[in-house]
Amino acid sequence: MSGTITTEDSGGSSSAGPATGGRGSMKSVLIWTAVAAVGAVCWTVLALARGETVSALWMLFAALCSYAIAYRFYARFITYKVLRADDKRATPAERLQNGVDFDVTDRRVLFGHHFAAIAGAGPLVGPVLAAQMGYLPGTIWIVVGVIFAGAVQDLTVMFFSMRRNGKSLGQMIREEIGIVGGIAALIAVFAIMIIILAVLALIVVNALAESPWGVFSIALTIPIAIFMGIYLRTIRPGRVLEATGIGVALLLLAIVGGGWIQDTGLGDALTLSKEWLVLALVVYGFVASVLPVWLLLTPRDYLSTFMKIGVIVLLALGLLIARPVLQAEAITDFAREGTGPVFAGSLFPFVFITIACGALSGFHALISSGTTPKMVAKESQVRLIGYGGMLMESFVAISALIAAAVIDQGLYFAMNSPAGATGGTAESAAAYVNGLGFDTSAQTLAAASAAVQEDTLVSRTGGAPTLAVGISQIFSQAFGGGGQAFWYHFAIMFEALFILTAVDAGTRVGRFMLQDTIGNVWKRFGDLSWRPGNIIASAIVVGLWGSVLYIGVTDPLGGVNQLFPLFGIANQLLAAIALTLCTVLLIKHGKLRYAWVTAIPLAWDLVVTMTASFQKVFSGDPRVGYFTQAQTYREARDAGEVLAPAQDQGQMDQIIFNSTLNGVLQAFFALLVLVVVVHAAVVITRAIRVGQLPTTEEPAVPSNLVEPAGIFPTAEEKQAIAEHERLVGAGAGTHGTFDSGSDRGRS
Amino acid sequence: MTDTAYARGGRAIARALRNVRWYLRELTGEARWDDYLVHCTAHGHTPMSRREFERARADAAEKNPISRCC
Repeated sequence: MSGTITTEDSGGSSSAGPATGGRGSMKSVLIWTAVAAVGAVCWTVLALARGETVSALWMLFAALCSYAIAYRFYARFITYKVLRADDKRATPAERLQNGVDFDVTDRRVLFGHHFAAIAGAGPLVGPVLAAQMGYLPGTIWIVVGVIFAGAVQDLTVMFFSMRRNGKSLGQMIREEIGIVGGIAALIAVFAIMIIILAVLALIVVNALAESPWGVFSIALTIPIAIFMGIYLRTIRPGRVLEATGIGVALLLLAIVGGGWIQDTGLGDALTLSKEWLVLALVVYGFVASVLPVWLLLTPRDYLSTFMKIGVIVLLALGLLIARPVLQAEAITDFAREGTGPVFAGSLFPFVFITIACGALSGFHALISSGTTPKMVAKESQVRLIGYGGMLMESFVAISALIAAAVIDQGLYFAMNSPAGATGGTAESAAAYVNGLGFDTSAQTLAAASAAVQEDTLVSRTGGAPTLAVGISQIFSQAFGGGGQAFWYHFAIMFEALFILTAVDAGTRVGRFMLQDTIGNVWKRFGDLSWRPGNIIASAIVVGLWGSVLYIGVTDPLGGVNQLFPLFGIANQLLAAIALTLCTVLLIKHGKLRYAWVTAIPLAWDLVVTMTASFQKVFSGDPRVGYFTQAQTYREARDAGEVLAPAQDQGQMDQIIFNSTLNGVLQAFFALLVLVVVVHAAVVITRAIRVGQLPTTEEPAVPSNLVEPAGIFPTAEEKQAIAEHERLVGAGAGTHGTFDSGSDRGRS
Repeated sequence: MTDTAYARGGRAIARALRNVRWYLRELTGEARWDDYLVHCTAHGHTPMSRREFERARADAAEKNPISRCC
């Protein structure tokens, strides 16, 4: 058994899954029938309700029931039947334990780590923008997409990486598909990361521009984090909970404080334009990337993780208590006509592109390979961590969609249409929104901004302010006491906090990638402790995303409107690369008959992304096609005209440049993915011809650990653990540092 | 009767709080120090100071960037 051929040799007798005792027991049949029935009723209500009030809870429970069934049946099928996870086989964490990156970690703790790493602003923002097409298309895709595509990708990538000692996505593609595919994937990953960082930063800029309250509280997160860093370094080393408790308290104080200062001289000084915020973010991103992690990044990450978990729990509770009613239509006319102001294009493919992360996120493949698989204790736990983690992210996306769908839709469109369309004032925005066919008035819009104590909510694009309005409405309804302004800024703070964490972590990861790549030709540059190398690489990465950010911020057509599709397509293209790898590996392992598990989502994702890329590059509609857009403005400029929303020749030139650049990037990403896919097709054909091909899977080594697979240990698992304890006895404490906290230690 | 019910409730709450604390300490890595002490005792090593231990962990984090997604 060389172990390099296939996974079929392992597992053996218990291939059908874990010992389940009462597999078809009456109780379990009844429970799952009930879950299915509740889910079916919820979906029916959502699909059939027209013109009557629909509670948001139908959406919530339709999603939850679907997740439960998917996790119980489909995830289990993939884990045990398709991948054949085998708990008799030691994971890399067990074999290579070094306490640093390879480290056997409790499954529930690793679930938390993994979820904190994958969940960010994407699932919050995408659904908010997609709400312009109504709540139904978004809900369906978030749920169906995660079950059959997103969670499947995260799970399979994690499993294959785990079987290869936690190799990264790029490494696996190079070794399993080929060097050209590997290089294309590497470039794609780097370029996509730059776009993602720029778009995330753009969301923060749009949320903080002209908002002294927001700027004040976000700016204070930096000294708060530095204080925590110093506290943990010198005052009370290692007392993370203590430091985070102090940090969260200070953070809440900073949010309240923003309300006090906004009408003072300091408030005026903090009323910053978008351009100044770009500069501030770029400087911040650079400094954060070269500072030691203990000083800023690590403590801020604690804060952002706690806020993230806190807000998600609060939001779920808030929805249950407030039981808001959906204000959005199930499907708007924009879905059919593709003329929506938030982003251009028709339902297919653009609703899928816009939702992105909450249903399927290529970026997760970078985290599911590399970091997380090096810490998994037992193979079967990838079901909980990979599939379960992504279900949780999808739940966040559903909550965000609900928040956008429960606010007044006139307000929604006034907030999310670009300034070029709304004209920027309450009066002009109300007229514009009325023209779209939604009811609102200048007074209503003014009252809405007064309620959250912002100067204006008109054209606050990017999704974050809309989500914050939705959250503030739900929270103040659920927890009483008014305080909509506090909750609004609380939500803005929460989003900005983890976008900033993503920006500095992303800059650092990008810097490492760059140093590593250039290090292949210039050895010195690859040395991570060489200061000039750090500084140059950081400056390059920050410079790249900073320029895209600046282009987006100053774009007369509206940066979010122009860049978000690029971001969404880039992310979905990365997912196509990851799903391609998984399909190749399934076939190379001789599992052609199960290859549909990743091949179907791959095919769908390719159809969506390639259609979207094609339309973005070749569409003759200037609102959709980047090059047609550039051409339209070029012709007008040459004829000496100024085309709205541009106001002068300079802006005309700007639009022409931006649209051309976006078009080139779009085409470039799509080509890189096609290179990977074509190479993969060659490997697949070869593998099908001979049945299976050797892969780089590590040979099986028997495991000495006994751990439960899911969150709660089953009776059989408890028994197995007790049995193992008895056999290993005193020796149990010798492998690793694990025993103190797991089930055994606590019960 | 009620007394035992209260006591039982109190114990359940205490247990829940203990579990939350356990989870958060594990999640943030604070518990790594305890694990290290257990490890040292098991192997008869003299442990380093907590300050040194946390610095070593911070240095390791410097080379292993955590990725945060969109």
